[in-house]
Amino acid sequence: MLIRRAPRFTAGEITDPKVYLSRRELMAGAAALALMPLPGEAATPKGQPLSATRNAAFSLTEPATKIDHATTYNNFYEFGVNKDDPSRLAHTLRPRPWTVQVDGLVHKPKTFDIDELIRLFPLEERVYSLRCVEAWSMVIPWIGFPLASLLKRVEPTGQAKFVEFTTLLDPAQFPAQKPGFFGYSSLDWPYVEGLRLDEALHPLTLLTVGMYGQVLPNQNGAPVRMVVPWKYGFKSAKSIVRIRLVTEQPKTSWEKAASNEYGFYSNVNPAVSHPRWSQADERRIGEFRRRATLPFNGYADQVASLYTGMDLKKFY
Amino acid sequence: MSYRTRIALKVLVWGVCLAPLAPLVYRAWTDDLGANPISFVTNTLGDWTLRILLASLAMTPLRIVFGLSWPIALRRLLGLFAFAYVCLHFSVWIVLDFFFDWPRMWADIVKRPYITIGMLGLTALIPLAATSTTGMIRRLGARNWTRLHRLAYLAGVCGVLHYIWLAKVGVRDPYWYAAVLALLLGVRAWAWGRRAVRRRSAVAATSAPAGS
Repeated sequence: MLIRRAPRFTAGEITDPKVYLSRRELMAGAAALALMPLPGEAATPKGQPLSATRNAAFSLTEPATKIDHATTYNNFYEFGVNKDDPSRLAHTLRPRPWTVQVDGLVHKPKTFDIDELIRLFPLEERVYSLRCVEAWSMVIPWIGFPLASLLKRVEPTGQAKFVEFTTLLDPAQFPAQKPGFFGYSSLDWPYVEGLRLDEALHPLTLLTVGMYGQVLPNQNGAPVRMVVPWKYGFKSAKSIVRIRLVTEQPKTSWEKAASNEYGFYSNVNPAVSHPRWSQADERRIGEFRRRATLPFNGYADQVASLYTGMDLKKFY
Repeated sequence: MSYRTRIALKVLVWGVCLAPLAPLVYRAWTDDLGANPISFVTNTLGDWTLRILLASLAMTPLRIVFGLSWPIALRRLLGLFAFAYVCLHFSVWIVLDFFFDWPRMWADIVKRPYITIGMLGLTALIPLAATSTTGMIRRLGARNWTRLHRLAYLAGVCGVLHYIWLAKVGVRDPYWYAAVLALLLGVRAWAWGRRAVRRRSAVAATSAPAGS
């Protein structure tokens, strides 16, 4: 009797060498992928490098705050009120495409594409101290150019007395701009900040597009923000879409929220307390002991003359 | 409630109350307390002080509303843990935050309402911790002891106000604590009111026949 055995395998079941070789490639690829940092997982953002020459005349010699700290301990209310909200949620912000409208009382109003704006003037690196109104401070190497260069290009008219900065309003990109329970919102959006024209034209006032040799991370105000080092941090508007020259002093978001706590000038001043805490000292991030806060955050030599004759206790 | 259940509940309270310290110690050990470690530790300890204090204030309302007796057995332990946490919170402020700069701290206590009220709340808890032993209850007499321990309500109110006054614009968490505290005090107020009405009607009932 002929016993027919089923064949152990058919020709069609033999794996084509091309397939199993490609599987090896796939494995290698997966291994490489596993070694790659996942987006959002790494604490240090690996931003695009941005080169700039250090402007030593405008730089502190103190060591910079760790980049991990400068990018994870942020106040950026558009993402939430907690310090870790911006770094956790900032991936929703899309810094490209982006335009900045420069208008108001100027002879040559213009809307700049962000990449055009970055190429408009030579970029400088400046190591500034950043003093938050909450009595902590950091040392940050910013990259940007003086706001004065941009303002001169658009030619302010004689009536221009103040500069108003407006942050992007888009709840799809800034989760905290969506109204919460009972229509609750932490601030009146969009975020508006302002400077007097002479403050805006001061050589220390930096229109900023990068930090730590990189393009500005989202949580630090990408793609373009202000840095006004002699004022409390909140005066430096982030993710700016509009710069408008005006006659009247702008009504800022923080003045609307609590004008007794956050005045229009908000120059760093150890002699004027915040109503709820002293501004006499600060904690430099990375240091253990508190250190004394300096008038105008240490920039008194350069900027005190802007306020000659003004009562800085009244115009806090 | 059996002895064993009571022990089990107390072990649970110990576990729950000590648990928040474990991540703090671990993160301190691994240098992972963030950019502003002192502020992080102070805030974490403050949060847990309030949570445990509110938990201790929740025990009596649990008895009032649900007629449960076991929460009362945990009240003292929770109160003592709240005191332990506020002591840690205060020590961090003295040692790590201001490093024994007494004049500076005193200036803040006098000038900053949120610190003043926080100090008041802490001070209110000291006699409660000191008289927490069974011996002290006997020495004071149950009536006096109960009266003294109403200071816990003051501590709760001070703690919540401390948080409300220190929080910056836009921070809503303190109001959740305030809502819980209001609920817990509300239950007591309701119970007191009901008892007062009953007492009055009892007085009216006994005096009515005499008047007629």
